[in-house]
Amino acid sequence: MAVVFEKTNMLTDAPFHYCPGCTHGVIHRLAAEVVEEMGLQEKAVGVAPVGCAVFAYRYFNCDMFEAAHGRAPAVATGVKRARPDACVFTYQGDGDLASIGTAEIVHAAHRGEKITTIFVNNAIYGMTGGQMAPTTLVGQKTSTSPYGRDKDWCGAPIRMSEMLATIEGAAFIERVALNNNANIVKAKKAIRKAFECQMAGKGFSMVEVLSTCPTNWGMNPVEAMKWLEENMIPYYPLGNFREVQ
Amino acid sequence: MVRITINEELCKGCSLCARACPKQILEISRDKLNAKGYHPAEPVNPEACIACASCARTCPDVAIRIERE
Repeated sequence: MAVVFEKTNMLTDAPFHYCPGCTHGVIHRLAAEVVEEMGLQEKAVGVAPVGCAVFAYRYFNCDMFEAAHGRAPAVATGVKRARPDACVFTYQGDGDLASIGTAEIVHAAHRGEKITTIFVNNAIYGMTGGQMAPTTLVGQKTSTSPYGRDKDWCGAPIRMSEMLATIEGAAFIERVALNNNANIVKAKKAIRKAFECQMAGKGFSMVEVLSTCPTNWGMNPVEAMKWLEENMIPYYPLGNFREVQ
Repeated sequence: MVRITINEELCKGCSLCARACPKQILEISRDKLNAKGYHPAEPVNPEACIACASCARTCPDVAIRIERE
């Protein structure tokens, strides 16, 4: 029989520790498949974040680092500068990249570091128990905003892709979502373009992936997908924000 | 003929595969339990499968393998 779909060799056999319905697993698979399809398995070096994806180093079948919270772009910078032929990627959540690691990501983009960042935005802190993140939507209830995020008190949610797209060193910035199969296919294409951008030496590349957190949103996985469509996509529009030819 | 293989030990019963299937082939089992304590997904009428692999692409635990003749 012909295989239509099977797990990529770029993922190890370790079972994911994520909650049921968490889209981290899909994003791991997309990044892993792109690395495998581009024949970069021997050159790939990943940098795992702090957050739910902290164990990403167990799941990717390539060299992996574990960075301090938010500092994955700094570690990736070191790897890429020491080994310019390597394919270096960071995998970061919104608490990691958009909060404690904002300086690192902004300056990595500003320096035009030839690395690829997979930015998983699920509008909440997952691992620590569902606290409000910089990306939490106005009105969204979390464990530290039980009456919903108040814009006057906490500010508006940060749009990282739009912000980083204004930086000259950034060569490819795109936002995708995983709410249906068509968008999953588009997400993989964007991740592939980001890796190609890095390997062509064009500069910094990032793909922001709108993701769900059913556990901390207090919904089942199917309801969470609907919530993402109805609430996150209107505020975080999908599409390409920067592509240097 | 299409063969749908679900790794029941990896499945967490999130039912995103059932949502993605255009032929409504997959359901969450009511009888089976895996070692983690989840009810895994199972194909209820696999002969209707068109091998689009939508279920496999949406599965967050990469627990589904699809083969066809």
